[in-house]
Amino acid sequence: MQQPNASIACGDASGPHINVTSPLPGITGLLEERLDTAEHIRDATHALLRGPSSMTEGERELVATLVSSRNECRFCTNAHAYTAARYDGGMSLVQDVVRDHTAAPVSERMHALLHIAALVQSDARSVDDAAITRARDAGATDLDIHDTVLTAAMFCFYNRYVDGLGSSYPSDESYFETLADRLTTTGYMRKGLDGTH
Amino acid sequence: MAHINVPEGAPGIRGLMMAHPVQTRPMNELANALLQTPTTEKSAADDLTAAEREIIASYVSNGNKCKYCATVHTAIAAHQMDGRYDVVHAVLQDPSTAPITEKLKSLLAISDKVREAGLNVTDEDIMRARAAGATDLEIHDAVLIAASFCMFNRYVDGLATWAPDDLGIYDAIGKQRAAEGYLTGYVSLNVKEAENSQISFRDSCQG
Repeated sequence: MQQPNASIACGDASGPHINVTSPLPGITGLLEERLDTAEHIRDATHALLRGPSSMTEGERELVATLVSSRNECRFCTNAHAYTAARYDGGMSLVQDVVRDHTAAPVSERMHALLHIAALVQSDARSVDDAAITRARDAGATDLDIHDTVLTAAMFCFYNRYVDGLGSSYPSDESYFETLADRLTTTGYMRKGLDGTH
Repeated sequence: MAHINVPEGAPGIRGLMMAHPVQTRPMNELANALLQTPTTEKSAADDLTAAEREIIASYVSNGNKCKYCATVHTAIAAHQMDGRYDVVHAVLQDPSTAPITEKLKSLLAISDKVREAGLNVTDEDIMRARAAGATDLEIHDAVLIAASFCMFNRYVDGLATWAPDDLGIYDAIGKQRAAEGYLTGYVSLNVKEAENSQISFRDSCQG
């Protein structure tokens, strides 16, 4: 399977900025450094990406992938691209969304929501009435808009956590297939994490 | 008016937390653990005070031009320091001349880089913090606070929530959160909101 975003520069050549005890890459290793905050981060992610929503899990993963890609966070982009690829549209749709979401083969509702996500990523204050009206005209509900804004905002958090501490990147791309197996079955809770119970 | 339906009269993230308790409860718990955990429960390698943590939150929110978050965390930070708004305002003006430690200055510099983009943080930024006495866990926490406010700020402004002009509202919230943390019920701002918050709290089982 082709990498969704191979053009993104890799900024982790010198290793993490702090001593990370866990050998696990990306956010998974960082979360082992402080377990109390990690538990709340996992709860927040699981509630938003796997909990009750008017958006499908695949739609939410596409928002996560688009925002991570725009933030040039290689680990998060690939983690969520491989996960989003397990849902309708597969990796071909994921690549289209990352390349140019305005031209991707998605519904008008999803076009409007991806546009809102992109605005949140660059400057949340730029989400204007026109963007909201467009989404509502395409059938988006309050919950669609809420979950899109919060998912986009949340990945502006995770992307900065991962890259701000220079976390490590997997040595083998097959890591992301294994990760996608877990994220599409167990979800985002610590249970099921490699090396733990 | 906010882009989505929130309880009338509830400003900033309060309205969103009332309207969407399931998604926001873990975020609130994260804020409490990250900003307010008492020193006795923290590792010895982590000496950042609650005031210093709130200053980072206020500085990042100010950099993101999020009026509600910047003003409310300025008030919380001030109340963590016996009402010293002047210290927080000096940081927002220019951290390099503010009456704070070199360690906090170096962590604020890292936080500002994180706010712009995670990849902007350099080895030199980290070395400066270490030279000023920052531990790995303190650097971790500064990055985590800065990154998490890039979420809170976008959530609050992306949905165009209400940011009051009345500084008394922020001062009341600041005083309460500095004393109680983030998990207790909402301080009453007006009658209409108080009614809504009671309903919301019962439904969401907070506090």
